[in-house]
Formats: sequence, structure tokens, C-alpha cells
Amino acid sequence: MPRQPRSFRVEAVILKHSDFGEADRLLSIFTRQRGKLRAIAKGARKMRSRKAGHIEPFTHVSLQLATGRNLYIVTQAEAIDTFSSLREDLVRVGYASYVVEILDKFTYDEEENAPLFRLLIKTLSRLSQDHEPELVVRYYDIRLLDLLGFRPELHKCVVSEAEIKPEDQFFSAALGGVVSPQHGKALEGAVPISIEALKYLRHFQRSSYKDATRAKIAPQVQRELEIVMQHYVTYLLERGLNTPSFLRRVRREREES
Amino acid sequence: MLIPEPVQRLIDALSRLPGVGPKTASRLTFYLLRGSEDLAHELSEAMGDLKANTGYCEQCFNITSADRTLCEICAHPKREASVLCVVEEPLDVLALERTAGFEGHYHVLHGVLSPIEGVGPEDIKIAELLERVQEVDIKEVIIATNPSMEGDATAMYLRQHLLPLGVRVTRLARGLPVGGDLEYADQNTLLRALDGRQEMG
Repeated sequence: MPRQPRSFRVEAVILKHSDFGEADRLLSIFTRQRGKLRAIAKGARKMRSRKAGHIEPFTHVSLQLATGRNLYIVTQAEAIDTFSSLREDLVRVGYASYVVEILDKFTYDEEENAPLFRLLIKTLSRLSQDHEPELVVRYYDIRLLDLLGFRPELHKCVVSEAEIKPEDQFFSAALGGVVSPQHGKALEGAVPISIEALKYLRHFQRSSYKDATRAKIAPQVQRELEIVMQHYVTYLLERGLNTPSFLRRVRREREES
Repeated sequence: MLIPEPVQRLIDALSRLPGVGPKTASRLTFYLLRGSEDLAHELSEAMGDLKANTGYCEQCFNITSADRTLCEICAHPKREASVLCVVEEPLDVLALERTAGFEGHYHVLHGVLSPIEGVGPEDIKIAELLERVQEVDIKEVIIATNPSMEGDATAMYLRQHLLPLGVRVTRLARGLPVGGDLEYADQNTLLRALDGRQEMG
């Protein structure tokens, strides 16, 4: 372990918190400087804690950390942006939770990834404004996979390396890309993907967010994109995510009411 | 074997408690070993009773002794049954009772919604609350979940499902703590405190 200063400042996003000890909170944070870390916020569950309001999940915060024996200890916290509108609507809570859960599950402690940090801040900020949340998170999925080295191949068949023709295709999570219908039908674990959905994925992969938001995606294609991405992510993580079922439920109940 | 098995067993069991590490567990164990017979007996009896003689109130799901179906609060004749205070944990009931400022009944959820941890509405006592509000004549539901992301999410979920039932839904105010310092308040708390300011006089 490299020598590190006893106390240092980081810019971070709070991913998760859980109760710890008598009145402390254990935080999982993603920092610009050092990647994901775990830190203890002492006394944060006390009503008079100075830190508590600054270290709620999804908050963009400036933290002073001290190196403890096993974990870092939060000595000061000052919110940069609380993204408070993310907490005022159940569906937005669901989307923001999805964003932090997927990042938390894909990253390892102490692995710096500043571009990923910037993507996280931008994504939370977009969700807290009135952007179309489905588009925000699908764009986030594609960018996140890029930054972590799981960029799916969307232009050539991953079996035959032939150019993909403009027709409905298959997607193989195991091979990490699109498979032509000729090879996809017999390929175990390959899921169908329509040419429309594939075009949007390619569009997200090569475009800036500004260009990507010009897309007007039909609801059934949105559902399809969600299913394909979830399939790929679940395969890569080798476990399911918790937030999609919550998200589906609150979305459904919103539509019903 | 350096430590006899019965001693080691207690150390192992104690060290599974929250906030107790192996060192504390050994200290407690050796204290009990050396100390008077009474304490060890009293403890073992109390622990045996803990699970055997407690249960949940059928109405509010607070902890109660096993011989009764309703807890003391629900069975109390003078308490206002048409006002419900919804809390996350039984300990929150104690905290509110200590204030002596609430005369209504409670409903304990036994948890809080957490999308990230995968805790959904069916994992806590939400259906039971909605059922209770439909069956009993209830005028107001006070939501007293913690002012955290999960507590807020739970409050929003409850609001969404309670309002259509025609009941008044309120949430505990949030603002500045007694003895606090404005300088250290976060933006959220200060904003809420400003929004919820009250007329003086």
C-alpha cells in the first residue's frame, strides 16, 4: 500500500449508506481522486450531527477524510449539490438508485476513474432536471460500459465478423455484441434485438449526450433497450440488480394512478 | 484447547452482537464467570424470555408480551384511535412516547423502502397499514419515517397509496435541531426550515 497522508480532501458522490455501531453511518462513496472508498461518518445518525444532511445518497459532496485503521473516517462534509429533486419523486429515486447501484456493483475499491466520476455527476444532474429519465440512464449504461472496458460490438457480427445488415438481429452477452440472424438463431444465450433498438444503441455509443437526446424513442423500443441492457449487465456482473424491480413497480403504479 | 468449550461458546455468541468485538466478548464472558451466580442466571432467564414471551401487536406490530394480542398503547382506552403515527422501528415508538406529546395510535413498518438494497413495499408492513386505514375509521396518518433518502421514499410511497383512501396524510416537520447552529446546517434542512417557518405571536 502506498504511503498516504493522514488526512486528505476528496470530491465524492454518496452511493450508499448503512447504519454502523451506535450512531455512525457506513458510507460507500465514489470519489474523483481515488475511485470507490468506504468511510465511516461518526455520529451521523444523531439529530445534531453537522454531517448528516451532507452525506445522504446521491449527494455530490466535498469530504475531508482521515485514514483510520481499516476504514476512512469522514471529518468534514460540505454538500456541493444535494440534487434534492431526486429525492422528491419516487420514480426519480428509482432511477438515481439504479445509477448508483450499477456503478457500485461494477467498480472495485480504490480504483481511480475520473471520467466515470464525471459521467456520474452529469447523469445525476440530468436526472434531477427534467430530462427524459429513460434516455438518461440508457445513455449512461452505454458510456459506463465504455469507460469500464465492456463496450459492446454493435457493427460487426461477433461470430462471423460480417457487417451487420439493416434487419433484426441477435445480441450475445457472452460474446459481447450483436450476432447476425444467421448465426444468432442457434447461438445459446443470444437474445433478439430489433434493428431500431440496435440503431439507438449505436447512436448512443458514438454521439454526445446532446445529440443523443434528440432521439424520440417509441415506448416499446425503450422497453426493449432496457431488457437488452439489463441482460448484458446481469451477465457481466454475474448477479442481478435490485433497483430494476423497484423501478418497474413505481413506474407501473404511477401509470395506474 | 486453551479455553474450555462452554466459555468459548459464550464468547463466540456475544461477539456476534452489534458493537461487540472478540475482546469485549471475552471480557464480558470472564466477568460473568467470576461474578456472582445471580447475574448469570438472571441474564440467561431474561434472554430465554426475550424470544419466548414476546410477540407483535396484531394491530400496530409493535413489540408486546406474548400473552396479549394488542399492545398497551392499542389497548389503552383513552388514546385517540383515529390518529395513526407510522414509524420504521419499535424503538421509534419509544422515542415518540418519551415526548408525551402524542396521544394517538402507532403503526410499526419494521423497515423502510430501499431500492438499492432491494427492500420493496411487500417486505415491510405497508399492506397491513393500508388495510387498517380502510377498516378502521382513521382521520389522519402522521408519517414519522426518518428524514433520510429511504425514509423519504417510504413517505412518498405511503402518501401515494393513502391519499386515495380519503385520509389526511401529514409528515413530521423537518428543520433545525434544538441547540443546533445555523452555520452548520445543510442546504436541504435550511430550506425546509425556511419553508416551514411559523408565525410568532
